[in-house]
Amino acid sequence: MNIHEYQAKDILRANGIPVPPGEVATTADQAVAVAEQFGGTVVVKAQVHSGGRGKAGGVKLAATTAEVREHAENILGMTISGLTVEKILVTPAEDIDTEAYVGVLIDRKSQAATFMVSAEGGIDIEEVAHTNPDAIRKLTVDPRYGLMNHQAYWLANSLYENAGLAKQTAKIIRQLYAAFTSSGASMIEINPLITTKSGEVKAIDAKMSIDDSELFRHPELVEYRDLSAEPAAETKAREADLSYVKLDGNVGCCVNGAGLAMATMDLVKYYGGEPANFLDIGGSSNPEKVVSALEIITSDPNVKVILFNIFGGITRGDDVARGIVEATKRIDIKPPIVIRLTGTNEKEGLEILAEAGFTAFSSMDEVVEQAVKIVNAG
Amino acid sequence: MAIFVDEATRLVVQGITGRDGSFHTLQMMEYGTAVVAGVTPGKGGQTFEGLEGVGVPIFNSMDEAVAETGANASAVYVPPAFAAGAVEEAADAGVSLVVAITEGVPVQDMARAHAFARDRGARVLGPNCPGVISPGKAKVGIIPGNIVTPGPVGVISRSGTLTYEAVIHLTNAGIGQTTCVGIGGDPLIGTNFVDALEAFADDADTEAIVMIGEIGGTDEQEAAQWVSDHLEIPVVGFIAGQTAPPGRRMGHAGAIISGASGTAEEKMKAFEDNGISVAKRPADIAGLIQGVLSA
Repeated sequence: MNIHEYQAKDILRANGIPVPPGEVATTADQAVAVAEQFGGTVVVKAQVHSGGRGKAGGVKLAATTAEVREHAENILGMTISGLTVEKILVTPAEDIDTEAYVGVLIDRKSQAATFMVSAEGGIDIEEVAHTNPDAIRKLTVDPRYGLMNHQAYWLANSLYENAGLAKQTAKIIRQLYAAFTSSGASMIEINPLITTKSGEVKAIDAKMSIDDSELFRHPELVEYRDLSAEPAAETKAREADLSYVKLDGNVGCCVNGAGLAMATMDLVKYYGGEPANFLDIGGSSNPEKVVSALEIITSDPNVKVILFNIFGGITRGDDVARGIVEATKRIDIKPPIVIRLTGTNEKEGLEILAEAGFTAFSSMDEVVEQAVKIVNAG
Repeated sequence: MAIFVDEATRLVVQGITGRDGSFHTLQMMEYGTAVVAGVTPGKGGQTFEGLEGVGVPIFNSMDEAVAETGANASAVYVPPAFAAGAVEEAADAGVSLVVAITEGVPVQDMARAHAFARDRGARVLGPNCPGVISPGKAKVGIIPGNIVTPGPVGVISRSGTLTYEAVIHLTNAGIGQTTCVGIGGDPLIGTNFVDALEAFADDADTEAIVMIGEIGGTDEQEAAQWVSDHLEIPVVGFIAGQTAPPGRRMGHAGAIISGASGTAEEKMKAFEDNGISVAKRPADIAGLIQGVLSA
């Protein structure tokens, strides 16, 4: 789960990291009031789950009240990477001397939290890792011991020769690791970490993702989820404990298992169709889940056919069949439904479907071809 | 022969009294796996009713279960909040294989569990995996026993039902398997493609390998390089997620294209560049395997 800059900054502040003050505004009037309270030049920043906010015109300096109003009006409602800006962060402009990058994430290869720091701040770290890997210092934290003091200094010393700045930074790095572990993050980036002309080190931008599997431990972080940043169908799917991602095509897909669901989408494309969604109904499915899945798929007006691909393992074929029959009784489903059902309790499932007038295919290729044929015919 | 599990496997089921644990214990016993113990804290001394009146003793902890029964492997069916702890407990008790079925285990928990298990010399499969089956010998996990058949092909996959889809085509074509391994869909897994390939390379009966990957990470790319550098038997590959959008998690926690890295295209190219035949559809895997086996 991605969270906004202002939320990430709250977490960093709570862990003791120096972060300049800031307030969120949803109207230009509020933005002006916040700017007047800070006095002086402020920065107006779009709060959306997207990189490249600056390039898109979503981050602006404002020296006067008139400028604050103008930028706030422009940025609120702006679209960045397909997302509408509904909130802006207003924060005092800093007297920046140097900019650095400090990040920590779960690294798949080393199987642990890994820090990356670079004296080249305000950069795209992936690009630097590619083009100039020597500009990055990297450290994997042994999860059994945690981050040690000398390791934090080893990272900080690569950023600043000045002992005072390195000391402040080593402390920030230790606090960052504490924030990372205590909030169950999968990634936190401070970009840039700045030094001011008066010799202070501060975090002026932050990006953070929380591991979805940690959320049960952090009810306070669940509140951070921005429902406006996702389609309503995805919110409904999460509440029903289904994995759903909306796409642009018209073949609605309902599959058990993530790998098979992706392979089904790919096969739709292979036969000349376009998938409308990714949907995994999960392992131990009950009929209710199938009903929810059908409600979600049919809430997308683009869907012209609904394709079930069920390979029973833990999922039982008769449960899915009962869910399909139940859903067609409860909700008015306009698009035709084509079904492939095999594996555990296949025979019982096929009988339930046949009684309700559905025919089912036994191979994945057949059912996908049929679905694409229906879409292309009409 | 086979890899990871066979007739010598003596299994403890962690979470044997839970809904999934009890159901799959019966399935594993029906397949012929020697389930010698169960662990559920607080239920030590009770007996799990196995097949045909065979009782499985339940213990409060892994160390008791291993000491009393000589178990050498465990299967973890405990809820996400306790799963990493169960893996650590199993590794500490001295089993050599820990198969973690549970989905949704916090990633930072697993970082510690993986490091600890490595120190203790235990192999972890998963988490978020369907387990492993050596046809005709033993199964640990949830892979349906009726879709596999003994034979010369090793199967490695990050996914559950997609593995079944590939394996049923092999079985229907009369091509059997030495072992089918589900390595799991999480970002941090205990056994990756290269680890499983190494094990198959040492198995004299495995004559060809099917690798089923998906978007996210670089495990498939590294495996492709390893195949080209070290492996003498042919490999057929498949990658799921060609139509997956970047930046979105596709069900599995590890199935996400981050930036420009981890795309299906990049993985398929790595396969092709290293002499691995790439199937365009799951249905094509069996034909490609038939081709390499008869070549």
